[in-house]
Amino acid sequence: MAAHAAPPAGRHEGASVFEACALQALFDALGARGYRVVGPTIREGAIVYGDVTRLADLPVGWTDVHEPGRYRLARRTDDAYFGYVVGPTSLKRFLFPPEERIWEAHRDGKTFSIRELPADAPKTAFLGVRACELAALGITDRVFTGGAVRDERYAARRDAAVIVAVNCAEARGTCFCVSMGTGPKARAGYDVALTELLDTNRHDFLAEAGSEAGAELLAALERRPATQADLAAASEASSRAAAQMGRRLDTSTVKERLQANPNDPRWDDVAARCLSCGNCTMVCPTCFCSTIEDATDLRDTVAERTRKWDSCFTMDFSYLHGGSVRDETRTRYRQWLTHKFATWVDQFGTSGCVGCGRCITWCPVGIDVTVEAAAVGAGGQRNEVNDGHD
Amino acid sequence: MIEPVGAFVPRLYRVDAAHRETHDTATLELVPQEGDAPAYRPGQFNMLYAFGVGEVAISVSGDASDPSRLVHTVRDLGAASAAIAHLRRHAVVGLRGPYGSAWPMDAAEGGDVLIVAGGLGLAPLRPAIYHLLRHRGRYGRIAILYGARTPSEVLFGRELARWRKRGDLDVLLTVDRAERDWHDDVGAVPLLIGRIGIARHATTALVCGPEVMMRFTVAALREAGLGDDKTYVSMERNMKCAVGLCGRCQYGPSFVCKDGPVMRVDRIANIFGVRGI
Amino acid sequence: MDTIERVLLEQPFLEGIDPAAAHLLAACTRNVRFERGLYLFHEGEPADELYLLRAGMVAIEIAAPGRAPVAIATLRQGDVVGASWLVPPYRWTFDARAVETTSAFGVDAACLRSKCDADGRFGYAMMKRFVPVLVQRMQAARFQILDVYSKRSAL
Repeated sequence: MAAHAAPPAGRHEGASVFEACALQALFDALGARGYRVVGPTIREGAIVYGDVTRLADLPVGWTDVHEPGRYRLARRTDDAYFGYVVGPTSLKRFLFPPEERIWEAHRDGKTFSIRELPADAPKTAFLGVRACELAALGITDRVFTGGAVRDERYAARRDAAVIVAVNCAEARGTCFCVSMGTGPKARAGYDVALTELLDTNRHDFLAEAGSEAGAELLAALERRPATQADLAAASEASSRAAAQMGRRLDTSTVKERLQANPNDPRWDDVAARCLSCGNCTMVCPTCFCSTIEDATDLRDTVAERTRKWDSCFTMDFSYLHGGSVRDETRTRYRQWLTHKFATWVDQFGTSGCVGCGRCITWCPVGIDVTVEAAAVGAGGQRNEVNDGHD
Repeated sequence: MIEPVGAFVPRLYRVDAAHRETHDTATLELVPQEGDAPAYRPGQFNMLYAFGVGEVAISVSGDASDPSRLVHTVRDLGAASAAIAHLRRHAVVGLRGPYGSAWPMDAAEGGDVLIVAGGLGLAPLRPAIYHLLRHRGRYGRIAILYGARTPSEVLFGRELARWRKRGDLDVLLTVDRAERDWHDDVGAVPLLIGRIGIARHATTALVCGPEVMMRFTVAALREAGLGDDKTYVSMERNMKCAVGLCGRCQYGPSFVCKDGPVMRVDRIANIFGVRGI
Repeated sequence: MDTIERVLLEQPFLEGIDPAAAHLLAACTRNVRFERGLYLFHEGEPADELYLLRAGMVAIEIAAPGRAPVAIATLRQGDVVGASWLVPPYRWTFDARAVETTSAFGVDAACLRSKCDADGRFGYAMMKRFVPVLVQRMQAARFQILDVYSKRSAL
């Protein structure tokens, strides 16, 4: 099943509606087809991707609070299955593991031999994927498989993935997918897209197939065709989410301003706050930088190569001839923000940011990229308050 | 028949010859264990792997028209490069490549070529020099300006003397300081540019050396009236995957492993010399 | 106009010089020649003559006890040798040796300084030519200090 190769939604059949509890049948259908289902679960006070086999594994009736540098879970007044937005983990963790051994070498007298280790690519269904994450998938597909050299390990895991997207019915304090043109409605790149329809009278899912595989999965469920009222309710949910964006960013001049102003005083300003901790790069669904580590056992007979996540915020990242090219927080932050919003466009044709807001939420000092990206090259106008409204 | 391998997996090569160039620099001639060495263009590099130690990006320093081997001049600068620089004949190394962009040997045809090298920078330029000399008739005036630290650290000294003897190219040498038996110049290498005089509309300059040396040289070339679109430098940044996937070698919007290392100065003029890019 | 004055006008260092200024300068100038291996001057000696090289090569050197002299700069045709004549106490701070047999114009420093003092415009015209040379030397010297080709260099 190759969701990323799927034609746009709507070509596979009309939308259908099933009762919320019938979602269990979707889990069962996936399980029967040999898929591990990975979806939102609560662990250590956060909603993170984990194994899901039963409806109760989902954060039913929970929601999340997002503010710059602050994240909390809170109880909802209803029993929505997907009444929250994004957590600190994204699909990146599964498709591009934080640590992966790539090959092993064995010494043999004067020479040695190298054995490539096959990629771990289990069939995995990702449930609860938001529009911003779908956009991030499109971006990482471009990074890892769109160039002259493909990351075959990522490609294998991607091919073994089924995507069950969920359309957000609400937005949170750090969301800005509308500004980045990535949401809140999922438009492409999924096998199935679900919209939760919940009020006093009903608890259903509107389901749309985005691929042959998705249509085939939905066929295993008890459902009925969607009515105009159902479609309107789903549309209203997306509009509601779009109106609740926590942040806003005018993207029309951001690339030019960031690239033309490497010495803007704003970089010093943000550097005074930034801890260079790299949280932003870890939670970001598109940050892809890595390192290669070569190690050997104590007897120097077996060596192995491991690829690991890395961050442009480390001193090691730009190490060259005895020192780092980016030896100040200022230049490292500048690299990250300029890459994300500007040079990414030169490299891959789109912005690297999907407006998910994770970096704002999980920055320990609450640095807000929508504020910083607006401030550089804007002639000293400080725009500290950005509540997403005009 | 070579099995295609994943992008991160080296092929095995044997050291066929190892020459010591200076106290910390050696030239290795590498021959593949199986099959033929890949073709490459002057200016490209390979990732050389020393078992258990690590990998390092090294430009090819040999003659690109010789298909039998890959020649690399390696300086002992860190764990991996030290391990490789000290290898002897018959040792086995891993190699991935060739990667990167090349010196503009075709675009430079029909005009003068100015080679400005500093220190180890002469090594990535040597394949370009071999090409120029092999096809001497396609180029106008050729001048090699080379700066080294001291006379004992001049790279490829015997070859430089041979090239000088040819009579159909200029070879100017300078060092940062010298003792009695040095008969060439002493002083910063950009000073040599003022001495030779260049035809500003018909010269291509190829520059390679420490980044500071390249900055001073580009400044001197600009002062001599040479356009940034005629000047090429060989950039260097932290390199791990060498195939555009790890993100480390980014230089502005470019990946040094794919869009470089050879870069035309007008394309990087807005970031060349900006601190921390 | 005598030969020295005519040949002075051809020097790239004096390109575009006002003929009256060249005349003043020529009055302080003589032809000199140093056989290979001879010293133009030694550290500590009075800096009473500066040299505008016409042909050959000169190495600027410094000697320390117990070791051979180290050359830190070489100058060739068209270059000016000497800067200490410009500043009191007018004493050379380096040695200058002819690496090849060298012919030059020797300019009497006291003569040139007194003409600069007497005629401000002439003085300024001279300084406008000497200062860029000194700046270029300083930049080159700074580059050399950075020791960019060494393993443990500052850069």
